[in-house]
Amino acid sequence: MAKPGLDSHDRGAKVVARALRDAGMEVIYTGLRQTPEQIAETVLQEDVDVLGISILSGAHLTLFPKIVGLMKQKGLDDVLVFAGGIIPEEDIPHLKRLGIKEIFGPGTPTETVVNFVKDNVQSR
Amino acid sequence: MKQLAAAHQLVTAVLKGDRRAIARAITLAENGTRETRKTVSLLYPHTGKAQIIGITGPGGVGKSTLVEKLVKELRKRGKTVGVVAVDPTSPFSGGAFLGDRIRMQDLSTDAGVFIRSMATRNNPGGLARATKDAVHILDASGKDVIIVETAGAGQSEVDVIKIAQTIIVILAPGFGDEIQAIKAGIMEIGDIFVVNKADRENADRAVIDIQAMLELSNDEGKWRPAIIKTTATTGEGTAQLLKEIEKHKDHLAKGEAELRQKNIVETELTEAIKQKFTEHLMGELRKSGRMEELVSRVLARDIDPVGAAEELFTEQTGKSGSKAE
Repeated sequence: MAKPGLDSHDRGAKVVARALRDAGMEVIYTGLRQTPEQIAETVLQEDVDVLGISILSGAHLTLFPKIVGLMKQKGLDDVLVFAGGIIPEEDIPHLKRLGIKEIFGPGTPTETVVNFVKDNVQSR
Repeated sequence: MKQLAAAHQLVTAVLKGDRRAIARAITLAENGTRETRKTVSLLYPHTGKAQIIGITGPGGVGKSTLVEKLVKELRKRGKTVGVVAVDPTSPFSGGAFLGDRIRMQDLSTDAGVFIRSMATRNNPGGLARATKDAVHILDASGKDVIIVETAGAGQSEVDVIKIAQTIIVILAPGFGDEIQAIKAGIMEIGDIFVVNKADRENADRAVIDIQAMLELSNDEGKWRPAIIKTTATTGEGTAQLLKEIEKHKDHLAKGEAELRQKNIVETELTEAIKQKFTEHLMGELRKSGRMEELVSRVLARDIDPVGAAEELFTEQTGKSGSKAE
């Protein structure tokens, strides 16, 4: 679970992290205000299967392409990426084209996220 | 054959210090099948060069924050560093929340540092089963110093002595009663003691408590653990801590290092043998139905568990299972 950029609203990220943990997953939380480079490096060093990005600052159209781009550069294209936070409907198709598999808005039941991860994670 | 070629390829990349390969190799070690273990076996001849430091102490005393400052201090001196940070697995869900990285993210883009979080996966002792392998992998990849941070430790989480050459026990002010309570266990394994959060009240009191406890176990000519005050949030005291770590390393070099290393290897070997034999034997017993038969006999109070084990031992080896002989 990663929190890119300059917002401190990490309740959502933590709630999702907890739900995933309770579903039996090992969840690494990066903490707040991460740069795309820090997030991509964490994905690499931890060799994760799934990356969840939470953002509420409105900077998703700047930050997400950078994160995904850096991950590609590092050869991490087999990692499942999903996002959550305050993301306008009209931005979603563009973000999905970048390779972000799903985007969860406010009010999404944690179960939905857990099931999404279970259904989409690839064994590597 | 294909798997073996892949293992060789991965090993070559790890030896070159390739970060992706290091990450991959640690995952394979964590997943622990015979094929994946091959990678660690191939890397093993290239290990033994790194300085390995263990960091332990109760939860919440500031271990991760201090590790971050220590790594920065080591980087100033031009050393490359690997970190393995262990956190507990929930015994109920099997999941884990690994938060040590939160304190270390300043380091994540430094090419001279590799940080890996690891869940205990219910291994007792404060470490994960694959922690040792992760240390071997980082060692082989050429890291000068490797720091192992245990999952918050209490009295019995002392497994870090099976890995590290120098052990740092971290406490904080207000742990006075704690020090009493954990006289056994982690208080006995520290080569260096740190009182972190030294900007708080009662830091000196904590130093005195530790001192008093250490004086009880005074062996002439042996290493006397230093007690250092740090404030990890500001980095105060970390340079001194590093000096003390070097001092301990020099002390070990006078002869104790070899003995320690031998003990470490012997423990690792003992555990590997135990695991191998137990796995094999248990597999056989389950397959043949013998296990189930013994369980029902114990359930029927026909025989006690130790008695059953003795019977089995005699059967397998032809020797009496009783230790008295």
